[in-house]
Amino acid sequence: MPAPDNELATLGDQYDSLETQERSLELGMWIFLATEILLFAALFALYASYRSMYLADFKAGIEHNTLAFGTVNMYVLLTSSLLAALSVSAVRADRPRTASWLLGGTALLGAAFLAIKLCEYWRHWQEGSLPGRYYHDRELPTFGANRFFTMYWVMTGLHALHVTAGVGVVTWMAVRARRGFYTRAVHARLVIGTLYWHLVDVIWIFLWPLLYLS
Amino acid sequence: MTAAPTETAPPLPDGPESEPSYLAVESGLWSWLNTRDHKRIALMFYVTVLGTFLLGGTFALALRTELLTPRRTIMDAMTYNRMFTLHGVTMVWLFLIPSIPTVFGNFILPIQLGAKDLAFPKLNLVSFYMFLLGLATTVGGMLAGGTDTGWTFYPPYSDLTPTRLVPVLLGIFILGISTILTGVNFVATTHMLRARGMRWSQIPLFVWTIYGTSIIMLLATPVLGMSLLLVGLDHGLGLGIFDPAVGGDPVLFEHIFWFYSHPAVYIMILPAMGVISEVVPTFAHRRPASYTAIAASTLGIAFVGFFTWGHHMFVAGISTYDAGVFGILSMFVAIFSAIKVFTWTATLYKGQIVFSTPLLYFFAFLFLFVFGGMTGVAVATQSLDVHWHDTYFVVAHFHFIMVGGSVTAFLAAAHYWFPKMFGRMYSERVGLLSASAVFLGFVLTFLPQFLLGNMGMPRRYYSYPAQFQWLHVLSTGGAYLLAGALLLTFTNLALALKWGEKAPANPWGSRSFEWLTPSPPPKHNFRGAPNLDYSPYDYTMTDEEAHARAGQ
Repeated sequence: MPAPDNELATLGDQYDSLETQERSLELGMWIFLATEILLFAALFALYASYRSMYLADFKAGIEHNTLAFGTVNMYVLLTSSLLAALSVSAVRADRPRTASWLLGGTALLGAAFLAIKLCEYWRHWQEGSLPGRYYHDRELPTFGANRFFTMYWVMTGLHALHVTAGVGVVTWMAVRARRGFYTRAVHARLVIGTLYWHLVDVIWIFLWPLLYLS
Repeated sequence: MTAAPTETAPPLPDGPESEPSYLAVESGLWSWLNTRDHKRIALMFYVTVLGTFLLGGTFALALRTELLTPRRTIMDAMTYNRMFTLHGVTMVWLFLIPSIPTVFGNFILPIQLGAKDLAFPKLNLVSFYMFLLGLATTVGGMLAGGTDTGWTFYPPYSDLTPTRLVPVLLGIFILGISTILTGVNFVATTHMLRARGMRWSQIPLFVWTIYGTSIIMLLATPVLGMSLLLVGLDHGLGLGIFDPAVGGDPVLFEHIFWFYSHPAVYIMILPAMGVISEVVPTFAHRRPASYTAIAASTLGIAFVGFFTWGHHMFVAGISTYDAGVFGILSMFVAIFSAIKVFTWTATLYKGQIVFSTPLLYFFAFLFLFVFGGMTGVAVATQSLDVHWHDTYFVVAHFHFIMVGGSVTAFLAAAHYWFPKMFGRMYSERVGLLSASAVFLGFVLTFLPQFLLGNMGMPRRYYSYPAQFQWLHVLSTGGAYLLAGALLLTFTNLALALKWGEKAPANPWGSRSFEWLTPSPPPKHNFRGAPNLDYSPYDYTMTDEEAHARAGQ
């Protein structure tokens, strides 16, 4: 692989050192993650409100969901997050090719998560556990169950969009890692990409008990 | 009063002003559209928000013209409903929220910090194009018929309205992304790019308010984005998230919406307070009576603003206890605001005051903001709010804050930083005249609306009983006066762009750091890295001493 003309190591005019530039990028990402959390927070607040209004129906809805789908997916994402974290360690140990493989693994696991999620969605589709006006699950014909599945679709849907974006980002980083863009000294862009991936993982860790454990 | 100290930049050690200004350094349209320079991006935002201000103002004039008579004057009821929605949407999201941060924040914040640019210049440009995209989507939605829900989009009506809601919502969502990117940039810049020697306790007050605003933008905007997305899903796809027909609760929308939209008021007013906090020390030639009080109350407003949203819902079925708590929390905002008002006023005491257009806008701000704020305390009292809720009283209250507070400060900033941004002086006489006319026009427009509201005139109504007409006519007359005054203001500034006298580096004799640079500043603002280890309000120094200390 030819050594790339590494634009990541270029110092912006406004910075006095690469170190400041790297730290600024990381700070920027942490701030952005705060906004992502608030984005989901609105949905968590809605979930909490509807759950307190229709507690029994929410529990029935959770029983109706297949725990295995949610749990397997949690382990898939946790593993992918581990690989992403190891890729940063690999770059810090001057092993960019290893980092690239690890990131490839992260992306594959992300895709696996989406595939499993789609199977689950397909099942809900067949059962009629659809959001809002489209809800027609005869097993749980209640307003509360309708609310539960509406929240289920909106929350997991938004999360799945984030996973999809994350798979794109991680794949892009895998290619860049392979081409030697990330070095021991300059790899903040790798760190912030993996931070984003960890957020996607963390959100699922909160969705899992709310949607699968009663 | 004393005459303004006449000052020019001292001779520079390495060649006099050899570096070209940011305006002259490159030319051609592409050099603007593809720029990374925070000052050029600020100017592009400036042109854009003046356009949206004109648009929102035109809607307002059309509304006021319709209200001249109790029945139909120039438009039918449906057009009127769409028009007040578009007026609100345009003024809130396309003008007031972006105005001071994206224009003056973008231009001044890095310079006041002694930085060469924002932390993420490319992101700044992306934010501008996101803004244009959101603007195009929203305005496109308006042209495609617009919507009639009011700018608050309350369900269940917003689920059912036959008008096209989705493009407008989508546009606002995109504008939200632009806001967030700008906020990330300001916070990161304030943390990482302060000049050598600048401690947190020496950060200029304008930067503090933009910092506080950015925090609100970052934490509140995503919640707004989500609430509008959900209403869009309800309206467009029938998900029924807030639809009572499938078990939804419309009041939950109000909670989420106001969790953003109340702090959004502080997105509009905090930068305005920042401008005022710069204008007052500069024209009094005196340090602020208390730097700490202004900076701390800024953060206080940013913080407590997140816990006041319930005061919009006193008649939406929340409990008396909740309403009481939200009412008291809302009054904390008044305490923090009062701290600022007293500090600014005390700053004038024994100052060497130079009477000028920005200072006149400060006086207008002071009166209107205090008036608007006091009526705010009144409507935060639930027993009174039951009478005033959804009447013109509330309309007048928030226009006193939004227009009286934000717009007067925007105009103060437009005059105060005009020499720095464009290197020219505007006509002070026309400036003073137009500022007085803006104030008069404003008061004439909105004072009658307090009376109307108290008499029971509901907001957003197309027709009204004949006994209200004289107050409506007064208000409409005021609106035309205000429009004329604004036209005069911007004409004065536009003429000065070409024919104004050349501005010195520091025409006001200010100690704030942006005045250390030439007018207009070069691309990288300062020569080398400035040493800003002293207070930006230290009026014991002369201009020469300040330049020597900063190494400029």
